[in-house]
Amino acid sequence: MASGSSSIAIGGLFENAEVTTSGRPVLRRNEVECFLLSSIDIDSEDDPPRFTALRSGNLILTTHRLIWIPSQSNESVPSSIPLSAVTHIYSHKKSIKSMFHSPRIRFQADPGSIVVTIVFRGKGDFDGFLSKLWECWRGRAWEEEEKSESETSKSGSGTVAQGLYGNDGTVRMVGLAGILRKEQEQWESTDKSLQDAFQDLNALMSKAKEMVSLAEKMRQKLLSAPSSQNGSTDDEEMGSKEEMQQWMLSVGIISPVTKESAGALYHQELSRQLADFVRIPLEKAGGMISLTDMYYHFNRARGTELISPDDLWQACTLWEKFDVPVMLRKFDSGVMVIQNKSHSDEEVMSRIRMLVTKTETLRVGVTASDAALTLKIAPAMAKEHLLSAETKGLLCRDMSPDGLRFYFNLFPEIDPTNLHIVKEFGTYGEWIKATSLLSV
Amino acid sequence: MQKLADFKLPQFFNYPPYFTLQPVRDTREKQIQLWKELILDYCKSQKIFLIGVEEDFPLFSNSAIDRSLSHEARETFLSAIVGEGRAEWLDKGHRKCLILWHRIQDWADIVLQFVRDNGLEDSVMTVEEIRSGTESLGTELQGIDRTILMRALKLLENKGKLALFKGTSADDEGVKFSV
Repeated sequence: MASGSSSIAIGGLFENAEVTTSGRPVLRRNEVECFLLSSIDIDSEDDPPRFTALRSGNLILTTHRLIWIPSQSNESVPSSIPLSAVTHIYSHKKSIKSMFHSPRIRFQADPGSIVVTIVFRGKGDFDGFLSKLWECWRGRAWEEEEKSESETSKSGSGTVAQGLYGNDGTVRMVGLAGILRKEQEQWESTDKSLQDAFQDLNALMSKAKEMVSLAEKMRQKLLSAPSSQNGSTDDEEMGSKEEMQQWMLSVGIISPVTKESAGALYHQELSRQLADFVRIPLEKAGGMISLTDMYYHFNRARGTELISPDDLWQACTLWEKFDVPVMLRKFDSGVMVIQNKSHSDEEVMSRIRMLVTKTETLRVGVTASDAALTLKIAPAMAKEHLLSAETKGLLCRDMSPDGLRFYFNLFPEIDPTNLHIVKEFGTYGEWIKATSLLSV
Repeated sequence: MQKLADFKLPQFFNYPPYFTLQPVRDTREKQIQLWKELILDYCKSQKIFLIGVEEDFPLFSNSAIDRSLSHEARETFLSAIVGEGRAEWLDKGHRKCLILWHRIQDWADIVLQFVRDNGLEDSVMTVEEIRSGTESLGTELQGIDRTILMRALKLLENKGKLALFKGTSADDEGVKFSV
């Protein structure tokens, strides 16, 4: 791994680490988060120091890097050290001196054999971190990636071969039998990876990235499928394919925050990850999504590392403390939703006003599902909006055997001292016109 | 706009939310006010003195839009009229409501005016004669509810304007005016 040019200032060892708007590290392809500790300093062991010490931040261990993120935005920038640069991890010495010290881990890293000390100022599973660090360092996940990359480029060139036999002498896939065999082989390999995945829960996490790439591959295949088939697919099949695509798209958090990896910071980190995740589903849902819907989206994306409804709720309530662009909102009815901070009620209200003052809706009113269609949001959300518009006096309701409908509120326009008077310009007049059209 | 008998209904009688008791306070207050006015107007024009909550009352349903008031809504609107002193519940169960588009005091004044108009200042009449006699033809007293009339007469008796006495038959009482 090359050290970036920007890192020269801090000793040629650190790279600037990219973080999301909510302060979560941006992980690279196939990178999985393994451990997280708070209140961490990173010091230089050498005298004089070879780099400026990093003070009080969160340290995140991934399969590829050590990422340090300042807990408050001080002068320090988020920085990372690739594990590939680590040349030696010193074993932990137990001595009288170390009993009075904050626990620390020392390791040597290239370039220049810099000795780096990680100092633990807070509480946390120090031993757990150390063993995980060893595990990740020895796992050499970055090498695997390089290997697989070279493999794919090799197999890519293999397809150039012509004729009935492939480069390696096997019968190439030809005709219907070929397709069937290919299909069969694919199923077998899929089946195998699924079986491997479920054999051991520990192995499962290492399989996560394969699962995600499998999902991506299947999605790509599905995407290309409709063009290769000349309209022979019926609607039902198309529907299920689209559904499948949606599923594949939403498999996606390779490195979910877990209680195991984040420890005491679990809810805080979960909260940040959730804030990053909600953006796309939120956009699709029109700027507001119910907590139950989000629970479903988020857990589906997390795959095996499911969270409880309470965890989700706690993660959402923590947003108040962070500078994130989303917020949790509770309606009077008790329904809780996630919405963009920029999502304004005034805008929704004016759209509802537009909807209910149309000639047709003036006459027959709207139901929650009508509003859902117009506002392009879920019916449950639409109902909340209609109810709050009712509370504001914009709408009033009509309960009939057909169900609940909302009408533009005409009551304020009617003069109680003269029940028959109708002001010339007003929605009451518009309504009378709209209803009289019907009787003509 | 459709009519009930010769009563002209207002436009909003065809507005479906008018028939659903509104849950939002401001809206509901306005709705109640409109119902109060409509019920009083209608009763006055049709000379209706009594509304049974559970009985068919023409205003309480609108077949044109297929809506009718719930029991709760009927009681709410009538109670609002009672609260203004323009009606009275006749029973604790709030099933029958006496509508006073004129208050008892106003009815008493109408009786006095009727007495003066007909030169009956020192005469004797039966209660029934006031309601259906030739003198009351075409006046507001024609067909007045007996309960309301008796309340008005008792008010006048307390003021010394007349004396009530039992007649020969049990269902008729006599009135001796002394205006």
